[in-house]
Amino acid sequence: MTLSLSHYLVLAAILFSISVAGIIINRKNLIILLMSIELMLLAVNFNFIAFSHYLDDLAGQVFVFFILTVAAAEAAIGLAILVVLFRNRQSINVADITELKG
Amino acid sequence: MIETIIFYFFAGLTVLSAGSVVTVRNPVYAALFLVLTFFSSAFLWMLLEAEFLAISLVLVYVGAVMVLFLFVVMMLDINIAVLREGFIRFLPIGIALALAMFALIYMMVSGEQFGLEAMPDPAPKPEDYSNTKMLGSVLYTEYVLAFELAAVILLVAIIAAIALTMRKRSDTKYQEPSSQIRVRKADRLRVVKMEAEKK
Repeated sequence: MTLSLSHYLVLAAILFSISVAGIIINRKNLIILLMSIELMLLAVNFNFIAFSHYLDDLAGQVFVFFILTVAAAEAAIGLAILVVLFRNRQSINVADITELKG
Repeated sequence: MIETIIFYFFAGLTVLSAGSVVTVRNPVYAALFLVLTFFSSAFLWMLLEAEFLAISLVLVYVGAVMVLFLFVVMMLDINIAVLREGFIRFLPIGIALALAMFALIYMMVSGEQFGLEAMPDPAPKPEDYSNTKMLGSVLYTEYVLAFELAAVILLVAIIAAIALTMRKRSDTKYQEPSSQIRVRKADRLRVVKMEAEKK
């Protein structure tokens, strides 16, 4: 039995579902929320690379390269915002951030 | 055959550690499990012949982003008990939604259209084929504009992260070059004219 594209796509689907569940069950903890977003991006990257391999086209890998760049920038800015938030409120609980609720 | 064993081993490791990321109590352990997830994913990317991206996943993610995560987790003094409340309450909803989502995607991707008949394994590459070289040759020709945009995004991220976290401290002593340059002789020097004293 050889590996087919479905194997990798199912694995990416499992990873994506785990990170969706993580966002729902850890909805108070901002750090775990950011980690779940990173897991989601990893699942997407899996799809790109698997398709790139089986279609024999390098464009998918170029896309993954740019997703990695944007994800690194997003993590850096997100964590900077997190640090500023903690400095001002001594908490990273999502429930404490209620200024804009109108 | 050996590829299948490697795939199932690292796929299992990836799924287990990803599950641990979202369920463990301590955020430090969560960050370390995320490192394990990235490592085992890098092995699977190697299996898919994406060598350059597998290496850069380890270098960029494990080396930079996850270390940043760990630094932030250790710098913050957080109360885990408060952050965990609602975990049990939302657990059934989370699992149900994840299962529903997985079932829908599974029905899409496990069918014949992505099987080996529709998409056969591509022919093995020649011996002197270099993934990094090929990626570089398209990156600097076809995608050069996107590549430069990515560089600009990274620059913006650097400036944003520094600008957000830098704070002015009122008790810091620092020089003011403009007022140092503007100073005149009259501001500093006072000539006192007085009679010579007589003993």
